[in-house]
Amino acid sequence: MRRLLPYPGFAGALLLMWLLLSQSVSLGHILLGSLIALLATNAMSALQPESVRIRPSLAIPRLALIVLVDIFRSNLAVGRIILFGKPAHHRSGYLQLPLQLQDRYGLAILAMILTATPGTLWLQYDRSRSVLLLHVLDLVDDQQWIDLIRNRYERLLMEIFE
Amino acid sequence: MTQAPDLPLWAAILTAFFLLAGSLITAIGSFGLVRLKNFYERVHAPTLGTTLGAGGVLIASMICFSVLKGRPVVHEVLIALFLTITTPVTLMLLGRAALYRDRTEQQPDIPRDFD
Repeated sequence: MRRLLPYPGFAGALLLMWLLLSQSVSLGHILLGSLIALLATNAMSALQPESVRIRPSLAIPRLALIVLVDIFRSNLAVGRIILFGKPAHHRSGYLQLPLQLQDRYGLAILAMILTATPGTLWLQYDRSRSVLLLHVLDLVDDQQWIDLIRNRYERLLMEIFE
Repeated sequence: MTQAPDLPLWAAILTAFFLLAGSLITAIGSFGLVRLKNFYERVHAPTLGTTLGAGGVLIASMICFSVLKGRPVVHEVLIALFLTITTPVTLMLLGRAALYRDRTEQQPDIPRDFD
């Protein structure tokens, strides 16, 4: 069973994606989708990805909600800077941020969050020193941004992944 | 074949609202490419289009086609998912390339490489 279906969760997600794309739950599409999911997950096992350990907790919906609200707010903030910002009023700059989060998947999610919220850009992460280099569009106070990312995202991500 | 005029008024208003809001935000993001000063600032601007802008257009599409076809049409969620997964890759590549170039040219105000 394990040899035939190395990543059951991933295969299920692929099947779901196939059914959504074809907008049908007919037997033919279920069979075709399952075949594709099986082939893709077996090809994936050649890459030998690290296994993901997610601790199911309330932190997941909380993080999702926080991120949605933050994306909305930072869209408006960056839009305001683009439309009405005078060069003197906003100051963009770089920010070095020591991270405690070590899990690769957790870091990937953090990268997605920081990129999806306009105003922060993930530039470089150094694994040996666990330092992240960010570019921030509206950098008024370094410490404020560091606290924001640490307390809002990193803490929840560490609850989920470690 | 169902056409847009078949939409009831409430659905038409909702669709139009989300479509216009999404396109307006995307337009503001593109405008930012002209307005902002340097490369690192400009990279922030198009993310408006890939997040809230795309979100608005996709919600409009879901409302419009769900009402027209009389069943929930939600496969737009996949577009949002793929956008969220793929934009960080492109943005990181662009950011790192710019950082590499500026460090090689020893531009001022660029943070040094971690050593």
